[in-house]
Amino acid sequence: MKRFSTLLRVTTLATLLGTALTLATAAQQAAKVDPKIVDAYIKGTWKSPPEGWQVRIDQDETQRVCSAYRNDPPTAEFEKIRARELATVVFPADGTVLGDWKAGERVAQTGVGGQFSDAPGTVAGGNCYACHQMAKAELSYGTLGPSLLEYGKIRKFDAAESKQAYAKIFNAQSVQPCSNMPRFGYHKFLTEQQMKDVTAYLMSPDSPVNK
Amino acid sequence: MLDHVRQGTRLGWTICVSVTLTVMLLQIGTAVAQSADTSEKEIERYRAMISDPFSNPGYLNVDRGELLWKQAAGTKKVSLETCDLGIGPGKLEGASAAMPRHFADAGRVMDLEQRLLWCMENIQGADTKDVIKRRFSGPGVSSDMEDLVAFISNKSSGLKISLRNDHPKEQEMLAVGEAMFFRRSSISDFSCATCHAEEGKRIRLQGLPNLSKPGKQAQETMGSWPTYRVSQSQLRTMQHRLWDCYRQMRMPAPDYASDGITALTLYLNTQAAGAEINVPSIKR
Ligand code: HEC
Ligand code: HEC
Repeated sequence: MKRFSTLLRVTTLATLLGTALTLATAAQQAAKVDPKIVDAYIKGTWKSPPEGWQVRIDQDETQRVCSAYRNDPPTAEFEKIRARELATVVFPADGTVLGDWKAGERVAQTGVGGQFSDAPGTVAGGNCYACHQMAKAELSYGTLGPSLLEYGKIRKFDAAESKQAYAKIFNAQSVQPCSNMPRFGYHKFLTEQQMKDVTAYLMSPDSPVNK
Repeated sequence: MLDHVRQGTRLGWTICVSVTLTVMLLQIGTAVAQSADTSEKEIERYRAMISDPFSNPGYLNVDRGELLWKQAAGTKKVSLETCDLGIGPGKLEGASAAMPRHFADAGRVMDLEQRLLWCMENIQGADTKDVIKRRFSGPGVSSDMEDLVAFISNKSSGLKISLRNDHPKEQEMLAVGEAMFFRRSSISDFSCATCHAEEGKRIRLQGLPNLSKPGKQAQETMGSWPTYRVSQSQLRTMQHRLWDCYRQMRMPAPDYASDGITALTLYLNTQAAGAEINVPSIKR
Protein backbone atom coordinates (compact mmCIF):
# COMPACT_ATOMS: atom_id res chain seq x y z
CA MET A 1 0.00 0.00 0.00
CA LYS A 2 2.76 2.41 1.02
CA ARG A 3 4.94 1.39 -1.91
CA PHE A 4 2.00 1.76 -4.19
CA SER A 5 1.34 5.33 -3.11
CA THR A 6 5.05 6.22 -3.43
CA LEU A 7 4.97 4.84 -6.92
CA LEU A 8 1.90 6.90 -7.57
CA ARG A 9 3.59 10.04 -6.29
CA VAL A 10 6.65 9.39 -8.44
CA THR A 11 4.46 8.87 -11.48
CA THR A 12 2.58 12.08 -10.78
CA LEU A 13 5.83 13.95 -10.40
CA ALA A 14 7.09 12.51 -13.69
CA THR A 15 3.87 13.51 -15.41
CA LEU A 16 4.11 17.02 -14.01
CA LEU A 17 7.72 17.30 -15.12
CA GLY A 18 6.77 15.96 -18.53
CA THR A 19 4.00 18.50 -18.84
CA ALA A 20 6.29 21.33 -17.82
CA LEU A 21 8.83 20.25 -20.41
CA THR A 22 6.21 19.95 -23.14
CA LEU A 23 4.91 23.41 -22.30
CA ALA A 24 8.40 24.85 -22.42
CA THR A 25 9.02 23.37 -25.88
CA ALA A 26 5.60 24.45 -27.08
CA ALA A 27 6.31 28.02 -26.03
CA GLN A 28 9.69 27.95 -27.76
CA GLN A 29 8.18 26.64 -30.95
CA ALA A 30 5.45 29.25 -30.85
CA ALA A 31 8.02 32.02 -30.58
CA LYS A 32 10.19 31.02 -33.49
CA VAL A 33 8.36 32.77 -36.32
CA ASP A 34 7.67 36.48 -36.62
CA PRO A 35 3.88 36.96 -36.48
CA LYS A 36 4.22 39.47 -39.33
CA ILE A 37 5.46 36.69 -41.61
CA VAL A 38 2.51 34.50 -40.65
CA ASP A 39 0.15 37.40 -41.34
CA ALA A 40 1.65 37.82 -44.81
CA TYR A 41 0.99 34.15 -45.58
CA ILE A 42 -2.56 34.46 -44.26
CA LYS A 43 -3.17 37.46 -46.53
CA GLY A 44 -1.78 35.55 -49.49
CA THR A 45 -4.00 32.54 -48.79
CA TRP A 46 -7.24 34.55 -48.64
CA LYS A 47 -6.61 37.30 -51.18
CA SER A 48 -10.20 38.33 -51.82
CA PRO A 49 -12.64 36.84 -49.32
CA PRO A 50 -16.37 37.35 -49.86
CA GLU A 51 -17.90 40.62 -48.67
CA GLY A 52 -18.06 40.69 -44.88
CA TRP A 53 -15.82 37.65 -44.33
CA GLN A 54 -12.49 39.41 -43.65
CA VAL A 55 -13.31 39.52 -39.91
CA ARG A 56 -13.26 35.72 -39.88
CA ILE A 57 -9.66 35.73 -41.11
CA ASP A 58 -8.42 38.41 -38.70
CA GLN A 59 -8.06 37.31 -35.09
CA ASP A 60 -9.58 39.07 -32.11
CA GLU A 61 -7.34 39.64 -29.09
CA THR A 62 -8.49 36.46 -27.34
CA GLN A 63 -7.92 34.28 -30.40
CA ARG A 64 -4.50 35.85 -30.85
CA VAL A 65 -3.40 35.29 -27.24
CA CYS A 66 -4.81 31.74 -27.08
CA SER A 67 -3.06 30.84 -30.36
CA ALA A 68 0.25 32.29 -29.20
CA TYR A 69 0.13 30.29 -25.95
CA ARG A 70 -1.41 27.21 -27.54
CA ASN A 71 -4.45 27.53 -25.27
CA ASP A 72 -2.34 27.54 -22.12
CA PRO A 73 -1.82 31.23 -21.26
CA PRO A 74 0.05 32.39 -18.15
CA THR A 75 -2.16 33.40 -15.21
CA ALA A 76 -2.18 37.13 -15.94
CA GLU A 77 -3.31 36.59 -19.54
CA PHE A 78 -5.79 33.94 -18.40
CA GLU A 79 -7.44 36.44 -16.04
CA LYS A 80 -7.47 39.18 -18.68
CA ILE A 81 -9.26 36.90 -21.11
CA ARG A 82 -11.80 35.80 -18.51
CA ALA A 83 -12.63 39.41 -17.57
CA ARG A 84 -12.86 40.50 -21.22
CA GLU A 85 -15.07 37.58 -22.25
CA LEU A 86 -17.28 37.80 -19.19
CA ALA A 87 -18.04 41.42 -20.11
CA THR A 88 -19.54 40.25 -23.43
CA VAL A 89 -22.17 37.96 -21.90
CA VAL A 90 -25.70 39.30 -22.30
CA PHE A 91 -28.51 37.50 -20.49
CA PRO A 92 -32.03 37.48 -22.00
CA ALA A 93 -33.97 40.66 -21.21
CA ASP A 94 -37.03 38.69 -20.07
CA GLY A 95 -35.02 37.18 -17.22
CA THR A 96 -35.37 33.53 -18.20
CA VAL A 97 -32.61 31.42 -19.71
CA LEU A 98 -34.81 28.37 -20.33
CA GLY A 99 -36.57 27.93 -23.69
CA ASP A 100 -38.09 24.88 -25.39
CA TRP A 101 -35.95 21.74 -24.99
CA LYS A 102 -37.41 20.16 -28.14
CA ALA A 103 -36.21 23.08 -30.24
CA GLY A 104 -32.96 22.87 -28.27
CA GLU A 105 -32.48 19.27 -29.37
CA ARG A 106 -32.50 20.45 -33.00
CA VAL A 107 -29.90 23.10 -32.14
CA ALA A 108 -27.71 20.42 -30.54
CA GLN A 109 -28.10 18.03 -33.50
CA THR A 110 -27.64 20.49 -36.36
CA GLY A 111 -24.15 21.01 -37.69
CA VAL A 112 -24.70 23.31 -40.65
CA GLY A 113 -24.50 27.08 -40.79
CA GLY A 114 -21.75 29.59 -41.36
CA GLN A 115 -19.79 27.45 -43.84
CA PHE A 116 -18.94 28.73 -47.32
CA SER A 117 -20.79 25.72 -48.67
CA ASP A 118 -24.07 26.63 -46.92
CA ALA A 119 -26.86 28.25 -48.91
CA PRO A 120 -27.49 31.85 -47.83
CA GLY A 121 -30.09 31.99 -45.08
CA THR A 122 -29.23 28.54 -43.68
CA VAL A 123 -30.25 28.42 -40.02
CA ALA A 124 -27.11 27.62 -38.03
CA GLY A 125 -27.01 24.85 -35.44
CA GLY A 126 -24.84 24.56 -32.33
CA ASN A 127 -23.51 21.16 -33.37
CA CYS A 128 -23.11 20.25 -29.69
CA TYR A 129 -23.21 16.54 -30.57
CA ALA A 130 -20.04 16.98 -32.61
CA CYS A 131 -18.20 17.28 -29.29
CA HIS A 132 -20.50 16.16 -26.46
CA GLN A 133 -22.47 13.13 -25.35
CA MET A 134 -25.91 14.42 -24.34
CA ALA A 135 -29.05 12.22 -24.47
CA LYS A 136 -28.44 8.54 -23.72
CA ALA A 137 -30.19 7.35 -26.89
CA GLU A 138 -28.00 9.39 -29.24
CA LEU A 139 -24.92 7.29 -29.93
CA SER A 140 -23.45 9.43 -32.68
CA TYR A 141 -21.60 11.89 -30.48
CA GLY A 142 -18.06 13.24 -30.52
CA THR A 143 -15.55 13.33 -27.68
CA LEU A 144 -13.79 16.71 -28.01
CA GLY A 145 -15.79 17.95 -25.01
CA PRO A 146 -16.90 16.24 -21.76
CA SER A 147 -20.09 14.17 -21.54
CA LEU A 148 -23.15 16.25 -20.67
CA LEU A 149 -25.30 13.22 -19.87
CA GLU A 150 -27.82 14.04 -17.09
CA TYR A 151 -26.43 17.57 -17.00
CA GLY A 152 -29.48 19.13 -15.29
CA LYS A 153 -30.26 16.14 -13.10
CA ILE A 154 -26.72 16.17 -11.63
CA ARG A 155 -27.18 19.88 -10.90
CA LYS A 156 -30.60 19.30 -9.29
CA PHE A 157 -32.24 21.52 -11.94
CA ASP A 158 -30.93 24.50 -9.99
CA ALA A 159 -31.78 27.95 -11.41
CA ALA A 160 -28.31 29.39 -10.81
CA GLU A 161 -26.83 26.41 -12.69
CA SER A 162 -29.15 27.14 -15.63
CA LYS A 163 -27.86 30.68 -15.75
CA GLN A 164 -24.29 29.41 -15.59
CA ALA A 165 -24.98 26.99 -18.49
CA TYR A 166 -26.45 29.83 -20.56
CA ALA A 167 -23.34 31.95 -19.92
CA LYS A 168 -21.15 28.98 -20.88
CA ILE A 169 -22.95 28.61 -24.20
CA PHE A 170 -22.97 32.38 -24.82
CA ASN A 171 -19.24 32.61 -24.22
CA ALA A 172 -17.37 29.45 -23.20
CA GLN A 173 -14.25 31.50 -22.51
CA SER A 174 -15.95 33.62 -19.87
CA VAL A 175 -15.75 30.44 -17.78
CA GLN A 176 -12.68 28.71 -19.23
CA PRO A 177 -10.27 31.00 -21.12
CA CYS A 178 -8.91 29.46 -24.33
CA SER A 179 -11.55 26.70 -24.21
CA ASN A 180 -11.88 24.76 -27.47
CA MET A 181 -15.63 25.34 -27.38
CA PRO A 182 -16.97 28.03 -29.76
CA ARG A 183 -18.32 31.29 -28.27
CA PHE A 184 -21.83 30.96 -29.67
CA GLY A 185 -23.39 34.18 -28.39
CA TYR A 186 -20.30 36.35 -28.68
CA HIS A 187 -20.02 35.54 -32.41
CA LYS A 188 -23.83 35.72 -32.87
CA PHE A 189 -23.48 32.19 -34.22
CA LEU A 190 -26.68 31.23 -32.36
CA THR A 191 -29.63 33.50 -31.58
CA GLU A 192 -30.74 34.26 -28.04
CA GLN A 193 -33.77 31.97 -28.54
CA GLN A 194 -31.56 29.10 -29.76
CA MET A 195 -29.28 29.49 -26.73
CA LYS A 196 -32.29 29.44 -24.41
CA ASP A 197 -33.63 26.35 -26.14
CA VAL A 198 -30.38 24.46 -25.89
CA THR A 199 -30.01 25.52 -22.23
CA ALA A 200 -33.44 23.96 -21.66
CA TYR A 201 -32.24 20.83 -23.47
CA LEU A 202 -29.50 20.57 -20.82
CA MET A 203 -31.46 21.74 -17.78
CA SER A 204 -35.11 20.70 -18.24
CA PRO A 205 -36.32 17.65 -16.21
CA ASP A 206 -38.31 16.51 -19.30
CA SER A 207 -35.34 16.63 -21.64
CA PRO A 208 -33.94 13.27 -22.83
CA VAL A 209 -30.56 14.53 -21.58
CA ASN A 210 -31.86 13.99 -18.03
CA LYS A 211 -33.74 10.73 -18.58
CA MET B 1 -0.56 0.95 -69.45
CA LEU B 2 -3.59 2.58 -71.09
CA ASP B 3 -5.49 -0.47 -72.10
CA HIS B 4 -9.04 0.57 -72.82
CA VAL B 5 -10.43 -2.87 -72.24
CA ARG B 6 -8.96 -2.80 -68.77
CA GLN B 7 -10.28 0.71 -68.18
CA GLY B 8 -13.70 -0.45 -69.25
CA THR B 9 -13.53 -3.29 -66.78
CA ARG B 10 -12.38 -0.90 -64.11
CA LEU B 11 -15.27 1.42 -64.80
CA GLY B 12 -17.63 -1.52 -64.39
CA TRP B 13 -15.96 -2.33 -61.08
CA THR B 14 -16.05 1.26 -60.03
CA ILE B 15 -19.79 1.52 -60.37
CA CYS B 16 -20.29 -1.83 -58.69
CA VAL B 17 -17.90 -0.95 -55.86
CA SER B 18 -19.37 2.51 -55.36
CA VAL B 19 -22.86 1.08 -55.07
CA THR B 20 -21.69 -1.57 -52.60
CA LEU B 21 -19.83 0.99 -50.53
CA THR B 22 -22.76 3.38 -50.51
CA VAL B 23 -25.03 0.57 -49.34
CA MET B 24 -22.52 -0.29 -46.64
CA LEU B 25 -22.34 3.33 -45.55
CA LEU B 26 -26.10 3.38 -45.22
CA GLN B 27 -25.97 0.12 -43.28
CA ILE B 28 -23.46 1.66 -40.91
CA GLY B 29 -25.85 4.54 -40.34
CA THR B 30 -28.58 2.10 -39.36
CA ALA B 31 -26.21 -0.01 -37.33
CA VAL B 32 -25.21 3.05 -35.35
CA ALA B 33 -28.80 3.60 -34.43
CA GLN B 34 -29.02 -0.03 -33.29
CA SER B 35 -25.90 -0.43 -31.22
CA ALA B 36 -22.45 1.02 -30.86
CA ASP B 37 -20.99 -2.49 -30.84
CA THR B 38 -22.44 -3.58 -34.17
CA SER B 39 -21.39 -0.28 -35.71
CA GLU B 40 -17.78 -0.81 -34.65
CA LYS B 41 -17.79 -4.16 -36.43
CA GLU B 42 -19.45 -2.69 -39.51
CA ILE B 43 -16.90 0.09 -39.66
CA GLU B 44 -14.12 -2.52 -39.40
CA ARG B 45 -15.63 -4.55 -42.26
CA TYR B 46 -15.99 -1.41 -44.33
CA ARG B 47 -12.40 -0.36 -43.64
CA ALA B 48 -11.11 -3.78 -44.69
CA MET B 49 -13.08 -3.55 -47.90
CA ILE B 50 -11.99 -0.07 -48.89
CA SER B 51 -8.34 -0.85 -48.31
CA ASP B 52 -8.41 -3.46 -51.08
CA PRO B 53 -6.48 -1.84 -53.96
CA PHE B 54 -8.37 -3.79 -56.63
CA SER B 55 -11.62 -2.13 -55.66
CA ASN B 56 -10.12 1.38 -55.70
CA PRO B 57 -11.53 3.64 -58.43
CA GLY B 58 -8.63 6.05 -57.78
CA TYR B 59 -6.57 4.00 -60.23
CA LEU B 60 -8.74 5.39 -63.02
CA ASN B 61 -7.34 8.82 -62.11
CA VAL B 62 -3.83 7.36 -62.20
CA ASP B 63 -4.39 6.17 -65.79
CA ARG B 64 -5.90 9.48 -66.89
CA GLY B 65 -3.05 11.34 -65.22
CA GLU B 66 -0.50 9.37 -67.21
CA LEU B 67 -2.23 10.40 -70.44
CA LEU B 68 -2.23 14.06 -69.39
CA TRP B 69 1.45 13.93 -68.41
CA LYS B 70 2.41 12.66 -71.88
CA GLN B 71 0.04 14.79 -73.92
CA ALA B 72 1.35 17.77 -75.91
CA ALA B 73 -0.49 20.94 -74.88
CA GLY B 74 -0.20 24.72 -74.51
CA THR B 75 1.10 27.27 -77.02
CA LYS B 76 4.38 25.36 -77.21
CA LYS B 77 2.60 22.08 -77.95
CA VAL B 78 4.85 20.00 -75.70
CA SER B 79 4.08 17.50 -72.96
CA LEU B 80 4.92 17.86 -69.26
CA GLU B 81 7.53 15.11 -69.54
CA THR B 82 10.45 17.53 -69.08
CA CYS B 83 8.91 19.09 -65.95
CA ASP B 84 11.40 18.92 -63.06
CA LEU B 85 9.61 17.94 -59.87
CA GLY B 86 12.77 18.38 -57.84
CA ILE B 87 14.82 15.34 -58.72
CA GLY B 88 15.52 16.04 -62.39
CA PRO B 89 13.45 16.66 -65.55
CA GLY B 90 10.79 13.99 -66.02
CA LYS B 91 11.90 11.97 -62.98
CA LEU B 92 8.85 10.78 -61.09
CA GLU B 93 9.89 7.98 -58.71
CA GLY B 94 10.20 9.58 -55.27
CA ALA B 95 9.44 13.12 -56.47
CA SER B 96 6.22 13.69 -54.51
CA ALA B 97 7.73 11.98 -51.44
CA ALA B 98 10.04 14.99 -51.03
CA MET B 99 7.48 17.76 -51.61
CA PRO B 100 6.74 20.57 -50.88
CA ARG B 101 10.31 21.69 -51.61
CA HIS B 102 12.26 24.73 -52.80
CA PHE B 103 12.76 25.14 -56.55
CA ALA B 104 15.70 27.30 -57.54
CA ASP B 105 14.33 28.03 -61.04
CA ALA B 106 11.15 29.50 -59.58
CA GLY B 107 12.73 30.87 -56.41
CA ARG B 108 9.83 29.48 -54.37
CA VAL B 109 8.78 26.55 -52.22
CA MET B 110 6.02 24.63 -54.01
CA ASP B 111 3.79 21.66 -53.43
CA LEU B 112 3.10 19.25 -56.29
CA GLU B 113 0.08 21.19 -57.52
CA GLN B 114 1.85 24.54 -57.53
CA ARG B 115 4.77 22.96 -59.37
CA LEU B 116 2.53 21.39 -62.01
CA LEU B 117 0.88 24.76 -62.63
CA TRP B 118 4.35 26.33 -62.93
CA CYS B 119 5.41 23.69 -65.49
CA MET B 120 2.19 24.13 -67.49
CA GLU B 121 2.81 27.86 -67.67
CA ASN B 122 6.57 27.82 -68.18
CA ILE B 123 7.21 24.66 -70.19
CA GLN B 124 3.97 24.31 -72.13
CA GLY B 125 3.11 28.01 -72.34
CA ALA B 126 -0.36 26.99 -71.23
CA ASP B 127 -3.10 29.16 -69.82
CA THR B 128 -3.96 27.49 -66.48
CA LYS B 129 -7.26 29.30 -65.88
CA ASP B 130 -9.40 26.38 -66.96
CA VAL B 131 -7.24 23.86 -65.09
CA ILE B 132 -7.59 25.92 -61.92
CA LYS B 133 -11.32 26.26 -62.45
CA ARG B 134 -11.55 22.45 -62.55
CA ARG B 135 -9.16 22.02 -59.59
CA PHE B 136 -11.69 19.85 -57.74
CA SER B 137 -13.76 17.38 -59.75
CA GLY B 138 -17.51 17.16 -59.42
CA PRO B 139 -20.42 15.45 -61.13
CA GLY B 140 -19.60 15.50 -64.87
CA VAL B 141 -16.42 17.57 -64.38
CA SER B 142 -13.05 15.88 -64.26
CA SER B 143 -9.98 17.53 -62.78
CA ASP B 144 -6.64 17.40 -64.61
CA MET B 145 -4.88 18.32 -61.37
CA GLU B 146 -6.43 15.44 -59.41
CA ASP B 147 -5.54 13.03 -62.23
CA LEU B 148 -1.95 14.27 -62.51
CA VAL B 149 -1.44 14.20 -58.74
CA ALA B 150 -2.81 10.63 -58.62
CA PHE B 151 -0.43 9.51 -61.38
CA ILE B 152 2.66 11.26 -60.01
CA SER B 153 2.08 10.38 -56.34
CA ASN B 154 1.47 6.77 -57.25
CA LYS B 155 5.08 6.71 -58.53
CA SER B 156 6.19 7.21 -54.91
CA SER B 157 4.11 4.35 -53.56
CA GLY B 158 6.24 2.05 -51.43
CA LEU B 159 8.73 4.87 -50.73
CA LYS B 160 8.88 7.03 -47.61
CA ILE B 161 7.99 10.69 -47.03
CA SER B 162 11.27 12.52 -46.65
CA LEU B 163 11.59 16.31 -46.87
CA ARG B 164 15.00 17.97 -46.74
CA ASN B 165 13.89 21.28 -45.25
CA ASP B 166 17.41 22.67 -45.51
CA HIS B 167 16.64 25.78 -47.54
CA PRO B 168 15.83 28.92 -45.49
CA LYS B 169 12.53 29.29 -47.38
CA GLU B 170 11.62 25.70 -46.49
CA GLN B 171 12.39 26.43 -42.85
CA GLU B 172 10.21 29.53 -43.00
CA MET B 173 7.36 27.47 -44.47
CA LEU B 174 7.76 24.87 -41.73
CA ALA B 175 7.51 27.51 -39.01
CA VAL B 176 4.57 29.24 -40.70
CA GLY B 177 2.80 25.93 -41.25
CA GLU B 178 3.14 25.13 -37.57
CA ALA B 179 1.85 28.57 -36.57
CA MET B 180 -1.10 28.22 -38.93
CA PHE B 181 -1.90 24.80 -37.46
CA PHE B 182 -2.39 26.41 -34.04
CA ARG B 183 -3.96 29.66 -35.31
CA ARG B 184 -7.51 30.15 -34.03
CA SER B 185 -9.95 32.31 -35.96
CA SER B 186 -13.44 32.79 -37.37
CA ILE B 187 -16.85 32.42 -35.79
CA SER B 188 -16.22 29.07 -34.16
CA ASP B 189 -12.76 29.91 -32.78
CA PHE B 190 -11.29 26.76 -34.33
CA SER B 191 -7.71 26.00 -35.27
CA CYS B 192 -6.50 22.76 -36.81
CA ALA B 193 -5.37 21.83 -33.29
CA THR B 194 -8.97 22.00 -32.02
CA CYS B 195 -9.66 18.78 -33.90
CA HIS B 196 -6.20 17.30 -34.51
CA ALA B 197 -4.10 17.69 -31.35
CA GLU B 198 -5.15 14.71 -29.21
CA GLU B 199 -5.20 10.99 -29.73
CA GLY B 200 -8.45 9.05 -29.75
CA LYS B 201 -10.84 11.98 -30.21
CA ARG B 202 -13.91 11.88 -32.42
CA ILE B 203 -16.19 14.46 -33.98
CA ARG B 204 -19.56 12.73 -34.07
CA LEU B 205 -18.36 9.21 -35.05
CA GLN B 206 -15.42 10.29 -37.19
CA GLY B 207 -12.03 9.52 -35.69
CA LEU B 208 -9.62 12.46 -35.76
CA PRO B 209 -5.90 11.85 -36.27
CA ASN B 210 -3.48 13.71 -33.99
CA LEU B 211 -1.38 15.71 -36.43
CA SER B 212 0.23 17.98 -33.84
CA LYS B 213 3.23 15.76 -33.23
CA PRO B 214 5.50 13.54 -35.28
CA GLY B 215 4.62 9.88 -35.30
CA LYS B 216 2.32 7.14 -36.42
CA GLN B 217 -0.93 9.08 -36.80
CA ALA B 218 0.65 11.82 -38.91
CA GLN B 219 2.46 9.16 -40.93
CA GLU B 220 -0.62 7.06 -41.61
CA THR B 221 -2.52 10.18 -42.59
CA MET B 222 -0.02 11.84 -44.88
CA GLY B 223 1.17 8.57 -46.44
CA SER B 224 -2.36 7.96 -47.70
CA TRP B 225 -3.02 11.12 -49.75
CA PRO B 226 -4.20 11.55 -52.47
CA THR B 227 -7.11 9.29 -51.73
CA TYR B 228 -10.30 8.16 -53.39
CA ARG B 229 -13.10 9.45 -51.15
CA VAL B 230 -16.06 7.11 -51.27
CA SER B 231 -18.42 9.69 -49.72
CA GLN B 232 -17.65 12.07 -52.60
CA SER B 233 -17.05 9.46 -55.34
CA GLN B 234 -13.90 11.39 -56.34
CA LEU B 235 -10.18 11.25 -55.94
CA ARG B 236 -9.04 14.07 -53.66
CA THR B 237 -5.69 15.77 -53.04
CA MET B 238 -4.35 17.48 -49.88
CA GLN B 239 -5.42 20.83 -51.40
CA HIS B 240 -9.01 19.61 -51.25
CA ARG B 241 -8.70 18.10 -47.76
CA LEU B 242 -7.45 21.35 -46.25
CA TRP B 243 -10.06 23.35 -48.20
CA ASP B 244 -12.67 21.06 -46.61
CA CYS B 245 -11.24 21.47 -43.10
CA TYR B 246 -11.24 25.28 -43.51
CA ARG B 247 -14.88 24.95 -44.56
CA GLN B 248 -15.61 23.19 -41.26
CA MET B 249 -13.70 25.96 -39.51
CA ARG B 250 -16.15 28.50 -40.98
CA MET B 251 -13.29 30.24 -42.74
CA PRO B 252 -13.61 31.55 -46.27
CA ALA B 253 -12.36 29.12 -48.92
CA PRO B 254 -8.55 29.35 -49.04
CA ASP B 255 -7.12 30.23 -52.46
CA TYR B 256 -6.13 27.18 -54.47
CA ALA B 257 -2.37 26.53 -54.62
CA SER B 258 -1.63 29.39 -52.23
CA ASP B 259 1.46 29.49 -50.02
CA GLY B 260 -0.46 29.05 -46.74
CA ILE B 261 -1.80 25.65 -47.85
CA THR B 262 1.69 24.68 -48.97
CA ALA B 263 3.10 25.75 -45.58
CA LEU B 264 0.54 23.56 -43.77
CA THR B 265 1.28 20.63 -46.08
CA LEU B 266 5.01 21.03 -45.55
CA TYR B 267 4.45 21.08 -41.77
CA LEU B 268 2.23 17.99 -41.89
CA ASN B 269 4.62 16.08 -44.16
CA THR B 270 7.46 16.96 -41.78
CA GLN B 271 5.46 15.51 -38.86
CA ALA B 272 4.96 12.45 -41.09
CA ALA B 273 8.65 11.93 -41.90
CA GLY B 274 9.37 8.28 -42.61
CA ALA B 275 5.77 7.49 -43.50
CA GLU B 276 5.33 4.71 -46.01
CA ILE B 277 3.43 6.05 -49.02
CA ASN B 278 0.59 3.97 -50.34
CA VAL B 279 -1.47 5.96 -52.84
CA PRO B 280 -3.99 6.50 -54.11
CA SER B 281 -5.62 5.08 -51.01
CA ILE B 282 -9.36 4.82 -50.51
CA LYS B 283 -11.28 6.32 -47.60
CA ARG B 284 -14.65 7.30 -46.31
C1 HEC C 1 -15.71 22.06 -30.84
C2 HEC C 1 -16.16 21.38 -29.69
C3 HEC C 1 -17.36 21.84 -28.91
C4 HEC C 1 -18.63 22.19 -29.35
C5 HEC C 1 -19.13 22.24 -30.78
C6 HEC C 1 -19.40 22.43 -28.17
N1 HEC C 1 -18.64 22.26 -27.06
FE1 HEC C 1 -19.25 22.44 -25.13
N2 HEC C 1 -17.35 22.06 -24.46
C7 HEC C 1 -16.29 21.75 -25.26
C8 HEC C 1 -15.12 21.55 -24.44
C9 HEC C 1 -13.73 21.17 -24.96
C10 HEC C 1 -15.52 21.75 -23.10
C11 HEC C 1 -14.63 21.63 -21.86
C12 HEC C 1 -13.80 22.85 -21.63
C13 HEC C 1 -14.64 23.98 -21.14
O1 HEC C 1 -15.29 23.84 -20.09
O2 HEC C 1 -14.69 25.01 -21.80
C14 HEC C 1 -16.93 22.09 -23.15
C15 HEC C 1 -17.71 22.35 -22.04
C16 HEC C 1 -19.08 22.54 -22.06
C17 HEC C 1 -19.90 22.75 -20.89
C18 HEC C 1 -19.42 22.80 -19.45
C19 HEC C 1 -19.34 21.41 -18.93
C20 HEC C 1 -19.16 21.39 -17.42
O3 HEC C 1 -18.64 20.38 -16.95
O4 HEC C 1 -19.53 22.34 -16.76
C21 HEC C 1 -21.21 22.89 -21.33
C22 HEC C 1 -22.45 23.13 -20.49
C23 HEC C 1 -21.19 22.78 -22.76
N3 HEC C 1 -19.89 22.56 -23.18
C24 HEC C 1 -22.30 22.87 -23.59
C25 HEC C 1 -22.27 22.91 -24.97
C26 HEC C 1 -23.43 23.15 -25.81
C27 HEC C 1 -24.85 23.31 -25.31
C28 HEC C 1 -22.99 23.17 -27.10
C29 HEC C 1 -23.76 23.45 -28.36
C30 HEC C 1 -24.57 24.61 -28.42
C31 HEC C 1 -21.56 22.89 -27.07
N4 HEC C 1 -21.17 22.75 -25.77
C32 HEC C 1 -20.75 22.80 -28.20
C33 HEC C 1 -16.31 21.62 -26.64
C34 HEC C 1 -17.39 21.90 -27.46
C1 HEC D 1 -14.01 21.09 -36.74
C2 HEC D 1 -13.11 20.02 -36.88
C3 HEC D 1 -11.88 20.11 -37.74
C4 HEC D 1 -10.98 21.13 -37.85
C5 HEC D 1 -10.97 22.45 -37.12
C6 HEC D 1 -9.96 20.67 -38.79
N1 HEC D 1 -10.26 19.41 -39.22
FE1 HEC D 1 -9.06 18.23 -40.37
N2 HEC D 1 -10.50 16.77 -40.31
C7 HEC D 1 -11.71 16.86 -39.65
C8 HEC D 1 -12.52 15.72 -40.00
C9 HEC D 1 -13.94 15.44 -39.50
C10 HEC D 1 -11.75 14.94 -40.89
C11 HEC D 1 -12.15 13.66 -41.59
C12 HEC D 1 -11.96 12.46 -40.78
C13 HEC D 1 -12.56 11.28 -41.51
O1 HEC D 1 -13.03 11.44 -42.63
O2 HEC D 1 -12.53 10.21 -40.95
C14 HEC D 1 -10.48 15.62 -41.05
C15 HEC D 1 -9.43 15.14 -41.83
C16 HEC D 1 -8.19 15.77 -41.95
C17 HEC D 1 -7.05 15.21 -42.64
C18 HEC D 1 -7.03 13.83 -43.31
C19 HEC D 1 -7.07 12.76 -42.27
C20 HEC D 1 -6.96 11.36 -42.84
O3 HEC D 1 -7.07 10.43 -42.05
O4 HEC D 1 -6.75 11.19 -44.03
C21 HEC D 1 -6.04 16.12 -42.54
C22 HEC D 1 -4.64 15.98 -43.11
C23 HEC D 1 -6.56 17.25 -41.80
N3 HEC D 1 -7.86 17.00 -41.45
C24 HEC D 1 -5.83 18.39 -41.51
C25 HEC D 1 -6.40 19.54 -40.94
C26 HEC D 1 -5.74 20.83 -40.89
C27 HEC D 1 -4.35 21.12 -41.39
C28 HEC D 1 -6.63 21.70 -40.32
C29 HEC D 1 -6.54 23.17 -40.17
C30 HEC D 1 -6.34 23.95 -41.34
C31 HEC D 1 -7.80 20.92 -39.93
N4 HEC D 1 -7.63 19.64 -40.36
C32 HEC D 1 -8.88 21.43 -39.22
C33 HEC D 1 -12.09 17.85 -38.79
C34 HEC D 1 -11.43 19.05 -38.62
